[in-house]
Formats: sequence, C-alpha cells, structure tokens
Amino acid sequence: MSDGSEALLRVRNLVKDFTSPGGVFGRTRRFRAVDDVSLDVATGETLALVGESGSGKSTTARMIARLIDPTGGTIEFAGREVHELTGKALHAFRGEVQVVFQDPYSSLNPKHTVERIVTAPLVYQKRKVPGGARAFTGALMERVGLNPDHSARFPAQFSGGQAQRIGIARALAVAPKMIIADEAVSALDVSVQAQVINLLRRLQEEEGFSCLFIAHDLAVVRQIATRVAVMNGGRIVETGERDQVFDSPRDDYTRKLLAAVPRIRPEWDAERRRNEQARKDRERKEAGR
Amino acid sequence: MSTATDTAAPLLRVRGLTVGFPTAAGTTDVVKSLDFDLERGGALGIVGESGSGKSMTSLAIMGLLPKGATRSGSIEFDGTELTTLRERAMRAVRGDRIAMIFQDPLSSLNPYYTVGTQIAEAYRSHRKGVTRRQARTVAIEAMERVHIHDAARRVHHYPHQFSGGMRQRVMIAMMLSMEPELIIADEPTTALDVTVQAQILDLLAEIRADTGAGLILITHDLAVVSEVTDHIVVMREGDLVEQGSAERIFTDPQEEYTRMLLDAVPRIDDEIGLLRTTAAPSAEEDR
Repeated sequence: MSDGSEALLRVRNLVKDFTSPGGVFGRTRRFRAVDDVSLDVATGETLALVGESGSGKSTTARMIARLIDPTGGTIEFAGREVHELTGKALHAFRGEVQVVFQDPYSSLNPKHTVERIVTAPLVYQKRKVPGGARAFTGALMERVGLNPDHSARFPAQFSGGQAQRIGIARALAVAPKMIIADEAVSALDVSVQAQVINLLRRLQEEEGFSCLFIAHDLAVVRQIATRVAVMNGGRIVETGERDQVFDSPRDDYTRKLLAAVPRIRPEWDAERRRNEQARKDRERKEAGR
Repeated sequence: MSTATDTAAPLLRVRGLTVGFPTAAGTTDVVKSLDFDLERGGALGIVGESGSGKSMTSLAIMGLLPKGATRSGSIEFDGTELTTLRERAMRAVRGDRIAMIFQDPLSSLNPYYTVGTQIAEAYRSHRKGVTRRQARTVAIEAMERVHIHDAARRVHHYPHQFSGGMRQRVMIAMMLSMEPELIIADEPTTALDVTVQAQILDLLAEIRADTGAGLILITHDLAVVSEVTDHIVVMREGDLVEQGSAERIFTDPQEEYTRMLLDAVPRIDDEIGLLRTTAAPSAEEDR
C-alpha cells in the first residue's frame, strides 16, 4: 500500500449492510455487501478495484461517491470526513469527485444536448461556465476526441464509444480531483474500448486527477491501474502494485481469478510481431526499388 | 454420437449466405455473401464487433431470423440443404440435430416451470412416444452430465433458484439431451463471471470430446476463440474480412481490420497491444 500521508482518499473499515424484508414470518434478513474495506488512493494514481459480480466493488464505489450511506467505517477525502458531509460541504465534495458509469446512454439525459449535459455539473455547482457554454463545450469535446461542431446533438446521435466520451467530458467539466469509473469501458466493443482506455490514460496524465477504476476485466485493469485491490465476498483479499498482483499474486482467490482469464497465447503474439516486422521490411524494400 | 456417413464432406457448408433486412431506403444486407465450412468434429469461431452480422449468421443457419428478414445462398448441413427445407422438416433439425445456446439463459427458460419439466418436455417434443417418466430420467442424466450436483433433487427447482452459470448449465443439459451433431453457441459466456466462464468453456470442450459434435462459437472475445476454436471467421459490418486456422489468424493476419482488432484486445500479461492502437484513427462513425 502507498504511503498514507499522500493519500487523497483514505477509506477505513468500510461496512455496508443491506436489509431485506423477510418471508411470511416477517423476519428481516441482513446481508453484508461490504465487509471491513480499507483502501487508499494517492493523488494522480489509479487504483483498480476488481472482483466478480457480488464482490461488493460497486457498492464500495457508490459509498465513496456518497451515492449511498455506509453502515460503518470512515471515508476521508482531501482531509475531510466524507461520510459526515452535509449541505454545502457535500455539495462542494460533489464538484471534486465525478462518476463515469457503465452505460453511457442511460447515464446521459436523452432529451438534453451535449452542451447542456456537459455544462450541467457546473450549473449544479453554481459556477460560471468559463468562456461561455458553446466554447467551453467545444473545447471539452475536442479534448475527449469528439467533433466540437456536434455540441447541439443529442446522446442518441452518437455511437456507444462516443457517448462514453461525452460522459467523460461531463466528468472533466468541473476539473475533479478524482474520477470514479464504474465499469466505464465494459460495455464497449474491443476497438472502441482500447480508444477510451487510451483517452482516460492521456487525460489523467494531463490533468493529474486520481482514479478509482471499478472493473471485472483483469486484462483492462492491467492497462490502466497503478495499484490493484481484489475484492471477493465483500472483502479486499489482496492489495498491491499492479505488476506485483498480476505477476506474483499472494492470495488464492486472486490466483484463481487470474488463471480463469482467457488469453491469446503469448507465443502467437510474438510470432505475429515477427511476421508484421517482416511484412513492413518487405514493403519498404519494394517501395525503395 | 455423430451419425457421420460421408467423412469427406464437411458437417456444415455455407455458401453465399446473405441476410437482408427491409428498411425505409430498401433492403440492407446485414450478412453479405458469406462462405465457410465446418469440418466434422471441428470448432469454428465467428468473431466480430457489434453490428458485424455474426449473430444473424447463426440465426440464419437455425432458420430463426426475425420476421421480414430475407435469406439467400446455401446452407448445407450433413448433405441436406437447409434453405429449401419446409418448416416442418426444419423443426426436426432445429433443436434436435442442431442445437443452440444463447447469452442469456434466463430469457430462454420459462420461469413458471421447473428446469426438469423444461428439459423433459423439450426432449419429448422431439422424441415421439417417450413417456414423461423416461423423459424425467433423461433430464436427470443430462443435468448430471453438465455436473449439476444432486441432479435428482435439482430437477424440481425453478430457473430463479439457479445462479447465472448454473442456468447456462441447465441450457446446455437441455441441448445435450438431444445429442446434437452441431452446437451453435452465441456469446454463451459473455454475461458470466470469469471463473464461471472458464468452467462453461471447459464443459463445452468436454462435451465435444465425448460426443464428437461440431461447434460454432460466436463471440466478440478474441481471447475466448483463441482458446476454444481451431478455425476462425472474422466479420465486419456483414462482410467476411478473412478466415483461416486459429494459429494463422493470430500469427499472420492478412487484413488491416484483423490486425487492428488483435491490437485492441487488452492482454493480461502485457501492455503492447493497446499502446499501438493509440496511433490508429478512430474507427467510430457517427450514427
């Protein structure tokens, strides 16, 4: 784990219980979705929280974003106790932490133009839109690789990957200190997914925001994480630097998870690189003649 | 067991398969003149991104295209031309000799009946003269073959009492009871957790080894096809991009699109693939 002193986000002993009304005998049932989770996210780093369905990773993220309240534990963000924030202080916190969701279409208002969607967090924060809404939206759209002339269009007029770029642009509008990406690239086609991952990496390098990256796809996590926390049954079973977790996992569940991931044979990849190089050499020779 | 008679002919021979959909501007072809063969006992992967036509290809083979869609070309299964078959004859093939499993087992199962009843009734609808008791035995055996523990008790359970992976096993059991010669699996593990996916893929491999059935695996996941199939068809927007042995496609792709696709697949052991894509122009088009 990274040195606690530089942590932007510090989560300690987080617990979430869900209660459901019981059957005919009326007894309520309690289910512990998140069980004693502690984690740190340092400034500018990406912590990937990985696990299978029901592991508690999304519930953890939603508590950190204050979308739901924890049953117990503490969440400290930039020196403030997030779990205790109310009113103005909570409002200010929402301007510092932004969430990008899995399904861009359902998380973007279909009746609003891109311009209205992207500037909404600023309006909510009662901040002035720097340089006017049109120019501001155009600049943001360019930064996420969209055509700035399309700012008057609606979400349905964009492809899935483009819509996710709008979601990212909206998150960036308030220059957040942290972005929580909840399965943000899971629903995208592989070629589009690669582009969005590269976009997130580039933006993070430029902006320096921290990222809590929630994902079930370990191969994607390898591309984007600085550190990795593996969750199973509501608990973090292993935390470590990315390469340590992937190359020498300590926990049995992490090992099982890594072993289950289907992979393209590395020797096939190596041969493809050799063939590609040979093809390029051939083409160069032919062009030179 | 497969009832293979002529070992030289492929199990499935598809030629010039075209699927059209009527739109306001005329007919749009979502599958365009597709050719491929599946050898007996072979495993073929059809890969592509959304809109590639891979799922429409499987529905065309099954004769299950949505209303209004048109199909032309030839689909020859074990020497029988399927495209000219009457619906009654096709029904004897579909589900019996060619079986299909889908991504979402819950929507393929009826929530009001026990899984045992559903497996047994599916079996009885294809095997005339089978009693309920016999069909129940078949259902229990099929569930045991897909490693559902305590099958004799579990046949009485309803779909909602099974996890996603277990429901997919139930679907595979239902299919298996017919002893199909060809299994078409359309994104069978996409909705499943990775550890469950590994189990289902192992199960499919085991069934192929035991029964000699041919497999067509339709998926967007290149890593999955690389592990499961021996021949690969790459599709894009209804077109056949290229096809070949799995090893050839993965080591020496001939088409730019295949190369781009292979570069875009995140590798768990490496970072190389993705980094290369950074330079690639956006493949996305406006809607």
